[in-house]
Amino acid sequence: MTEQKVDAFDLQDMLNSNVMTTRVEDWINWGKKNSLWPLPYGTACCGIELMSVMGPKYDLARFGAEVVRFSPRQADLLIVAGTITEKMAPVLVHIYEQMLEPKYVISMGACASSGGFYRSYHVLQGISKLVPVDVFVPGCPPTPEAVLDGVMLLQKMIENNVPRPWKDNWKGPEL
Amino acid sequence: MSRIEEVKQNLSEKFPVGDFKFYYENDNDVVVVPKANILEVLKYYRENSFYDFLMDLTAVDYSKYPETQEGRYAVVYHLFSSKTLNRLRLKVFVQEEDAKLASATSVWRSANWFEREAYDMYGIVFEGHPNLTKILTHHHFKGHPLRKDYDANNQQHCSDVLPVHFDDGSRFSPVPGKDLVPLNIGPSHPATHGTLRVMAALDGEKVEKAGVELGFLHRCFEKMAETHPYNQVIPYTDRLNYCSAPMNNIGYCKAVEKMLGVEIPLKAQAIRIILAELSRVIDHIVCIGANAVDLGALSGFFYLFKLREQVYSLFEKLCGARLTVSMTRVGGMAQDPPAGWYKDVLETCKSLRKGIDEVDRLLTENKIWMQRTQGVGSISAEDAIMWGYTGPCLRAAGVGLDLRKAEPYYGYESLDFEVPVGTTGDVYDRYLVRLEEMKQSVKIVEQVAKNIPAGDYTIRDKSIVLPEKKDVYGNIEGLMNHFMLIMKGIKPPKGEIYDYTEAANGELGFFLVSDGEMKPYRLRVRPPCFAIYQSFPEQITGGLVADVISVLGSMNLIAGELDR
Repeated sequence: MTEQKVDAFDLQDMLNSNVMTTRVEDWINWGKKNSLWPLPYGTACCGIELMSVMGPKYDLARFGAEVVRFSPRQADLLIVAGTITEKMAPVLVHIYEQMLEPKYVISMGACASSGGFYRSYHVLQGISKLVPVDVFVPGCPPTPEAVLDGVMLLQKMIENNVPRPWKDNWKGPEL
Repeated sequence: MSRIEEVKQNLSEKFPVGDFKFYYENDNDVVVVPKANILEVLKYYRENSFYDFLMDLTAVDYSKYPETQEGRYAVVYHLFSSKTLNRLRLKVFVQEEDAKLASATSVWRSANWFEREAYDMYGIVFEGHPNLTKILTHHHFKGHPLRKDYDANNQQHCSDVLPVHFDDGSRFSPVPGKDLVPLNIGPSHPATHGTLRVMAALDGEKVEKAGVELGFLHRCFEKMAETHPYNQVIPYTDRLNYCSAPMNNIGYCKAVEKMLGVEIPLKAQAIRIILAELSRVIDHIVCIGANAVDLGALSGFFYLFKLREQVYSLFEKLCGARLTVSMTRVGGMAQDPPAGWYKDVLETCKSLRKGIDEVDRLLTENKIWMQRTQGVGSISAEDAIMWGYTGPCLRAAGVGLDLRKAEPYYGYESLDFEVPVGTTGDVYDRYLVRLEEMKQSVKIVEQVAKNIPAGDYTIRDKSIVLPEKKDVYGNIEGLMNHFMLIMKGIKPPKGEIYDYTEAANGELGFFLVSDGEMKPYRLRVRPPCFAIYQSFPEQITGGLVADVISVLGSMNLIAGELDR
């Protein structure tokens, strides 16, 4: 058998074009970040603005979150868009619990974040009392740009592996 | 014009009217009827066709009212005749310890949910009601929140959801010999557009029995209105029908202005018409777009939402907000539109016109669309009136009632537009009526935007309208005026008024009770889709399960308006 010599330069070329070095963690995070499947939980006015976010002008698909899923079992990003009332609260928890890991929550608008200007007898004063929220988007309703910003902020958090104590320590509400 | 003498004359032929009270207030005719007579009076009016609509039924708690009334609660009926256009308010006082009253459900079917709501909010018992249960608050809720002694901030938590149940109060149960399957849709479901819950017992593909649950978006508008000054209520009205927010602003401000007895300037009227008609277009866009998308026509949605974005851009240019604009103030508008705005409006009208035609071509003669919608959810004119239908759904059933024509306001009488009317009241007719209304609305906007009257955008009454910011920061009078109005608020005289506008879904009425203070004593909204949705379980019973979605979409149920 004749000895085959591999050209050093060729090897380098081959490595450059076909091999990438990274850490497994980063690799997974990159995937998670760019394939968020949102569940649009639109209950009120914010739900209408969320339609604009998904619609032709603002188009959330440009940011890697285009596959809208209405089944919690297929989604990993819960966008709570609108007022959650006391009557709706058990439904929200039920939906959150059905989602598979990894899962994230964006609270869109003042009502979902704090009850907004409905300091009233039938409105839940902020969904963070029931589910762990990763990103709060302010506004009543927030502009579509603000929602896009919220999604991008979440993507950054995923990419950088930001610790999420609110999620890790979540025990479920005492309903 | 008061007709109260005529009403008195008419009633005295039938009833001993010695205990009745008749008066005329703020352009409304009112009769106070003794509790024992109310059912007879309602029957008399309905059977002799004096009034064919029970527009609204609500209650008022007078326990904190400055003047003592005949009883703690008053139950208030608003009657309307689509033929003579007469309106009448009936009031019945009931005592706190004996808050019971005969139910009007045997006379008007539309009374059903309205009575349930009055029971839920005030605890007034309607005897003879088929299913007097809570309707808006959750099933663990204790107390009656609109009573004056219930604290607005007293939240009560709910831990579970009710199992499948029906409108007659029964639960799902198997029937021997039949293979029934329970079906639950919502409250979080793509086809429910918000927070509706539809429940059915299915026999194969057929709906055997149906029920709905609402209140999942009950955010206490009426209680909030009682705890906020008049101008601060405007943002809350935005969030009633959030698909056409400016129309609610206008309806509310119009009622307060009428109570104050002020007339807004012509320019403000013109801007209000432009806002209202553009909102009507986008409201119908959401309705048609969503209805079509639920039946599988996705491209129509994208075409329509492109148009909607253009209108939102206009609103954004006008005031900075897209959806919830809060542009009206009591007395006029918040500010003048920016330079060139009317030109933009006319430009947008052009593309709206083009876009609506595109959708017309996409859907109107589309075979699948026709087959999914024709003959689905048909309703006769009599039934529609019985249920209290107003707006496009009523017109689709063949009743040409449009308040812009019937009782014009803001100069609608001088504008050239037509009111489309359907024949069968099915989903397809509702679609056609909405489509034509969009075209007519664009026509109205063009007429108004071309001839904007000169003048001010608001009245300048110091006790009603805040001074401009340059005066607030520039001189002491402006500063004082601003301070006084913020601290003391607008104070309409004591009294009551029911005022109404033609909103995108039908008659949007505001019943306002003032005790002469800076906050409304009671503000009741007559939500158009609440009355329409009442007929939904009956409409889908006996039909196919696929048609449920079709009918649901065509009613344009906006949860904010439905549950308030």
